[in-house]
Amino acid sequence: MAVSGRYTIAVIGAGPAGLSAATHAAALGVPHVLLESGPAHATTIQRYQKGKHVMAEPAVLPLRSPLPFEAATREVVLERWHEGLGKHRVNVRYGAEVSAIRGNRPEFEITLADGEVVRAEHVVLAIGVQGNPRRLGVAGDDLPCIQYQLDDPDEYRGESIVVVGAGDAAIENALALTRRNQVHLVNRAAEFSRAKEGNLTQVVKAIEAGTLNCFYKSSCERIEATPGGSRPYRLTLTTESGKAQVDADRIIARLGAIAPRRFVEEAGIRFPNAEPGALPTLSERYESSVPGLYVIGALAGYPLIKQAMNQGYEVVETILGHAVAPADEPLLEQSFSALPFGLPVTDTLALIRRRVPLFAEVNPLVLRELVLGSALHASPVGTVLFSKNDYTNSFYSIIAGSVGMELGDGGRHRITLGEGQFFGEMSLLSGRRRSGTAIAGPGCVVLESPRREILKLMSSVSAVKRGIDELFIIRAIQSSFAPEASFEELRPVAAGAKLNRYRPNDALFVEGDAADCLHLLRSGSVAVLRRLGGRDVVTSYVAAGNYVGEMGLIGRTGRSATVRANVATETVSIDAAAFATLLARNAALRDQIQATMRDRLASNARMQGQTRAGDVISFLMQQGLGEATDVLLIDEALCIGCDNCEKACAETHDGTSRLDREAGPTFARLHVPTSCRHCEDPHCMTDCPPDAIRRTAGGEVYIGDNCIGCGNCERNCPYGVIQMAQPQQAKPGLLSWLLLGRGPGPGAAEQQAPLSGATKKAVKCDMCKDLGGGPACVRACPTGAAIRISPDRFVDLARSSDE
Amino acid sequence: MSSVHESVLGQMGRRYLWLAVGVVVAMFGLYGWQAPTGLPGGGTWLGYTLGTLAALLILWLLALGARKRSYASKLGTVRGWVSAHVYLGLAVVPVATLHAGFRFGWNVHTLAYALTCAVVVLGIVGVVLYARYPERMSANRQGRTRQQLVEEIADLDARAVRVAQALPAEFDDAMRSARDRLILGGSAFDLLAGRDGSSVVLPRAGGSSGPLSNPYQATLLAWLGDRLARSEDGELSARVQELLTLTSAKRGALERLKRDLRFQAWLDAWLYLHVPLSFGLLAALLAHVASVFIYW
Repeated sequence: MAVSGRYTIAVIGAGPAGLSAATHAAALGVPHVLLESGPAHATTIQRYQKGKHVMAEPAVLPLRSPLPFEAATREVVLERWHEGLGKHRVNVRYGAEVSAIRGNRPEFEITLADGEVVRAEHVVLAIGVQGNPRRLGVAGDDLPCIQYQLDDPDEYRGESIVVVGAGDAAIENALALTRRNQVHLVNRAAEFSRAKEGNLTQVVKAIEAGTLNCFYKSSCERIEATPGGSRPYRLTLTTESGKAQVDADRIIARLGAIAPRRFVEEAGIRFPNAEPGALPTLSERYESSVPGLYVIGALAGYPLIKQAMNQGYEVVETILGHAVAPADEPLLEQSFSALPFGLPVTDTLALIRRRVPLFAEVNPLVLRELVLGSALHASPVGTVLFSKNDYTNSFYSIIAGSVGMELGDGGRHRITLGEGQFFGEMSLLSGRRRSGTAIAGPGCVVLESPRREILKLMSSVSAVKRGIDELFIIRAIQSSFAPEASFEELRPVAAGAKLNRYRPNDALFVEGDAADCLHLLRSGSVAVLRRLGGRDVVTSYVAAGNYVGEMGLIGRTGRSATVRANVATETVSIDAAAFATLLARNAALRDQIQATMRDRLASNARMQGQTRAGDVISFLMQQGLGEATDVLLIDEALCIGCDNCEKACAETHDGTSRLDREAGPTFARLHVPTSCRHCEDPHCMTDCPPDAIRRTAGGEVYIGDNCIGCGNCERNCPYGVIQMAQPQQAKPGLLSWLLLGRGPGPGAAEQQAPLSGATKKAVKCDMCKDLGGGPACVRACPTGAAIRISPDRFVDLARSSDE
Repeated sequence: MSSVHESVLGQMGRRYLWLAVGVVVAMFGLYGWQAPTGLPGGGTWLGYTLGTLAALLILWLLALGARKRSYASKLGTVRGWVSAHVYLGLAVVPVATLHAGFRFGWNVHTLAYALTCAVVVLGIVGVVLYARYPERMSANRQGRTRQQLVEEIADLDARAVRVAQALPAEFDDAMRSARDRLILGGSAFDLLAGRDGSSVVLPRAGGSSGPLSNPYQATLLAWLGDRLARSEDGELSARVQELLTLTSAKRGALERLKRDLRFQAWLDAWLYLHVPLSFGLLAALLAHVASVFIYW
């Protein structure tokens, strides 16, 4: 098929993007090749568990590909693609691992792992972000007994299996296999330092109990086939005490994956910065900094299957010189139709870019994606965009007209923001409630971008990050200390301010240190500790949006207490000199800060008499409640263990309780059950492909119906409060249970059959936001043991439990 | 109990206390003020009033079962309902007594009255249990869950069996038997009394004993102590000592678990009488009302 020994298009990676590109090229009769390192197409989807439902989000986006795709089970999706490859006679080469890409249009040289060179005029890179599994790299690692994944541990029984690796994947595989097989685990180190807590306890227990045999400080040396031996293969290990041999049926290597970034950079593709989440720099037509080398799919920042498939189509059209409007063009047209500009899509995008200086350095493709993920509002004068104390966290850029901001208590300070300015960054960065009310002014057109889109932008374009950070500092100082001061007045103060990051338990400063700066907490929370009788006693808890360290600066003494981060915390520190200028320009500020100080001193004095109350706060902080906004706490002196809270949760949420009452730690009769605490900066939101996890204005973090069941949030939640569950059929009503004996009755433990056609999706506490009247768990507690409170009441709680 | 958490008898429940006190005082006032022309009882206008009030109260008290199971209900909180249930439940007895005009006999009317009193007394037992046991349960579990206690016992058993494997067969047999014949739950009586029905089969000269009762591992501990006292082999003594330590730890965990189960059994048990008796009361009440109207 090659024309003069070279292809017009070489596609690397047979995932959704690559498959679609290669099939489109094949359908048009363009000389092409599809290179895939694995043994089959779509390896990431092949790795899904059996029968998993693959979703086709976003539903509004039309599909544009010669390959079919709609929501179905993994098997159906893979089979249809397989048929499509055959029908269009796609020239696909499996097991072709690319080791290097060199050259420019029209002379690319693609070197394969076995040394073969493939020539092409254009290259489409669609390798995704999963990376290739790290191989064993020892003699015999090409034998058929070696595998790099485990689909179904129950498939094997009575075998001798060696698992190589010490990460969570290796441990989970090994433990699952011990049920029916003899399992050996090979760990290069002397312990399992990378494993999650739960896996660690289980693996150590299994090793102690002898159900799992572990070789510590050992590595593989070679693998041989031993026909006629007790087992078909023999693995030789180098251990601390010399060589060891294991006869095995199977070897599973779980050594992690090689991240694709280095490979991509070696091809000459530039990235905007060194951030791990950065996307390669691309043109509006997916062309990288290397002419003729295109990047599409997850690697280009498009994790959804349909988007990736559309890009495969578009990139081939672009290479062939056909003008093609992206599939999302009609969506943008519709979104722009309400605007007063009356311009075509490209011109409107250019206008947005011109008007908002923050986006000056953003490339057109990334800006397009941002606008697509955002909402444009042409709001009549007086429309409230958000209200003070809302929990929303979207980010606004003003495209035209103006917006009035009411800040301070009762909205006393009003400022006007004009065209090109932005706002909403405080809640975006700190995860706290809105600090003011935003009201549309004359001719107002704003772009409202969801938090996730802006965070993605900040990690890929450093100018955006810098711009937002700078303004954040000025606005934080303004809202805390000088609401009436102008930006120009505050700029010199802000110039001396620094952004600091602390890990949990890091000290911002220590009792007795010289007091040289004040910290404004931008995100996270801190505990204030005083040394009493040889031990540190927690005297208070301070949340983001407040400040600490003012006592030393005003009193000009050393630090009177130690301040430690409870969770990952960011602060803006203002040095003593800059703070002095703030104090000098505003006499009322000194009074205000002294009033805060008086309150804190009084509170500290009370807490110091109650060391147990301090211990209670420490305990709550150790449970990660420093980042909570609303937490379920049970008083064990009242709890009768009836589990009505769990029953109420299950009955009101499709049969699955989102809380586990009994699990979780207890201290001083205070029990923290396993239940969502609606974090300020929710871990679950960090990597949700369809952006299904949202926060309401009231602060409830919930999972929307567009969840695709990928399980990322379940893994990302450090508190284990998210589970994958299928909605169940409704139970018979109270009367038909009571009078007719139709079971199971309300609150009965038996599970109902799953709803037909329903798939497993992530479920978590939504604070019964759709029910009205507050959380069902609390309302159903017959004894008053269960309450939900926000952290500002922790001090009250701790004090009263010390009485 | 913290003031942030509040029990059913706390601040919020007080208003129902005053309501109940108000109702009872008002009814006694009316009873003293009215001058019946004949004998006091259900047949007077006040008798009808008191009877209707008591019957409505009983029906409403029974409705707690339905409210508790209406998980999406916005009709107050279950805690509020329980507060009201406790105080208004107590008010039923004086109201019913006045309704009867302090006259009792061997008939269905007095049966309804007696059942009312029995249900209320059981309710008081429940309130006392709810007020006392949760805190003791929490202190007893020391921050662990019931499942963790069960796992701890299983773990100690597994370790003891492993140690015994290296010893003469009689130890292996004894430890396995103690493990296999351990009973964690038991009958309702066992649970409520905290009785341990575990047993053990111990090796004897010329064979094995039949199963011996082994409450809280006492029999096994005595046997191990006896073996240790007789041992002249230093190595063996050290291992038997280890078995003694593991078994003592197991006894500790077992006591904790059984105590936990006993508390839970009592917290649940009174309801198994309170609720069926309430339905009995409902039936007797219907009979009482029907007989009064039909055979009057």
